Amino acid sequence: MSPDVSTTELSSGRTGVTADDFDRRNLDWYVDKAVEVLVFICGISAIIFIIGIFTFITKEGYAFILQMDWVEVFTTQYWFPSDEGDPEFGILALIAGTASVTGLAMAVAIPFSLGGAIFVAEFASGKTREVLKVLVELLAAIPSVVWGFIGLSIMNPLIIKTFDVPVGLNVLNAGIILGLMAAPIMTSIAEDALKAVPDRYREAAEAMGATRWQIIVRVVLPAAKNGLLGAVLLGVGRGFGETMAVLMATGHSVNIPGSLFDSVRALTATIAAELGETAVGSEHYQALFAIGIFLFLITFIINLSADLIVRGVREG
Amino acid sequence: MIRRRRIIATVLVSTGLLALGAYARTAIQNKGSDTLVNVAQAWAEAYAKKAPEVAIAVSGGGSGTGIAAMINGTVDIANSSRRMKKSEIDLATEHGQDPVEHIVGYDALAVFLHPDNPASTLSLKQLSSIYARGQEFGNWSDLGVEVPGCKDNTIIVVSRQNNSGTYAYFQEAVLGKGGKYRQGTLDMHGSKDVVDLVEKTPCAIGYSGLAYATDHVKMACISSEDGKACVSPSVATASNRTYPIARPLFMYTNGAPKGDVKDYLDWILSDEGQCIILNKGYAPAHDVTCE
Repeated sequence: MSPDVSTTELSSGRTGVTADDFDRRNLDWYVDKAVEVLVFICGISAIIFIIGIFTFITKEGYAFILQMDWVEVFTTQYWFPSDEGDPEFGILALIAGTASVTGLAMAVAIPFSLGGAIFVAEFASGKTREVLKVLVELLAAIPSVVWGFIGLSIMNPLIIKTFDVPVGLNVLNAGIILGLMAAPIMTSIAEDALKAVPDRYREAAEAMGATRWQIIVRVVLPAAKNGLLGAVLLGVGRGFGETMAVLMATGHSVNIPGSLFDSVRALTATIAAELGETAVGSEHYQALFAIGIFLFLITFIINLSADLIVRGVREG
Repeated sequence: MIRRRRIIATVLVSTGLLALGAYARTAIQNKGSDTLVNVAQAWAEAYAKKAPEVAIAVSGGGSGTGIAAMINGTVDIANSSRRMKKSEIDLATEHGQDPVEHIVGYDALAVFLHPDNPASTLSLKQLSSIYARGQEFGNWSDLGVEVPGCKDNTIIVVSRQNNSGTYAYFQEAVLGKGGKYRQGTLDMHGSKDVVDLVEKTPCAIGYSGLAYATDHVKMACISSEDGKACVSPSVATASNRTYPIARPLFMYTNGAPKGDVKDYLDWILSDEGQCIILNKGYAPAHDVTCE
């Protein structure tokens, strides 16, 4: 038997089986194709939803954006959209409210999450580490309304007592609550960033006689800085978008804060509090959607840059 | 076998009867004002005993919610603690609705103070100086009082979210036509929240429907002009219109009410219906004597 013959026989045999096999392969082919399409739909559904949501809020809010007075909206602090004679649509105070609360939240969350991440990634080992990781994730699972309730019923009297101020629903209260809410997710991402620093860096530093603290401050943190920045930006995005907790803890007062003890109101909370009671299609309704578009763009930009920075870490 | 068939037949027939029964019940959708929601609920419950074939679904959410639903055509009766604005009526007409107004009662708006606050009488002018933009009393000493437990004597001004009917009525009645609220009020989402906050905050002043008053807050006696005798908020002073900030409570229907909706509204305005609103702490739309 020459190799040529065997090849012919084999291939002819295969052809014979293929004819029989055709249907089965056909079914497989359909299943295969169906699964492929299904997975594809799942894969792009996020994009579909994002585009769908953006189209929806734009559709509801564009009429306001087209005719609004940009100077009034972004530079005045009077938000009285339901006034019959002379409605005012200044969102400066709302932006200041959101920014101040988010800023304070980051001041609270960054030390907490960075310290937590360093401990989990560099110091803790074995069981401690596993337990800590689970606990941090558990913290992230607390619903925001519960946080808001803590702000309202625990932090409020505590702040009044401790600082001797008239109201405890203010920037300080919401900032602390929001900081604690953002800390878990920032810890997880920061920890991933620290873990991504190759061990050879640490070993090399250790070989040169560096202490553990020196390794962390001089070697690990600089190497992981993009990932850490990404973690902070995601926390900022979380802060901007959070609604329920800030609605309950800020005091809901349109006001440019002059101190930590001033009550403020956030952009998101304004939408949450007012949207349900406005007539669909009214100017007030459209203005709320315009705020929605503004928020969407800001969080989109923040999350996108966070994502790009974190991605840069992985590739670099 | 026969037995089983009989069971099936019974089940089928009774299901059919039930379905028929459900079909025969008419449903009235009633939505809106949080101020009115408790009364509306009480009316619906009492009416269910009177006319069991009519089901009334009551929900709250605020006057704005009810009016929005009226404009969008999703309710039969919208409750509101303020008059519909002209812009809203126009919007409703555009959507093919024709809102018709019915006054079903009156509500005194009480001004709440912390029990430790020595102030007990306020004139409308003083209230306006506290709440209005431009002429701000920022401090309790502007009113000549010293509030114990209130650092700096600052007035913490508590208000409502800007589409509440209470907010709109207070603006009209206290700040006057074209008057605007000052910046930096704490805008609570609901009458109860206002009372809760004033209860815990010595520096605070707030307003809400009389029915939301508790023993832990003080209600100011209101005079319509400086120096005039003041009137305390109560059902009686709201009924005889001597209390200066009592507002009408409305129900809106789409077009003149007909059929079951008309029967229901007529019953609400009857002595029986009006006694229910009186018992809930509001003034009736007309004089009634209840046992």
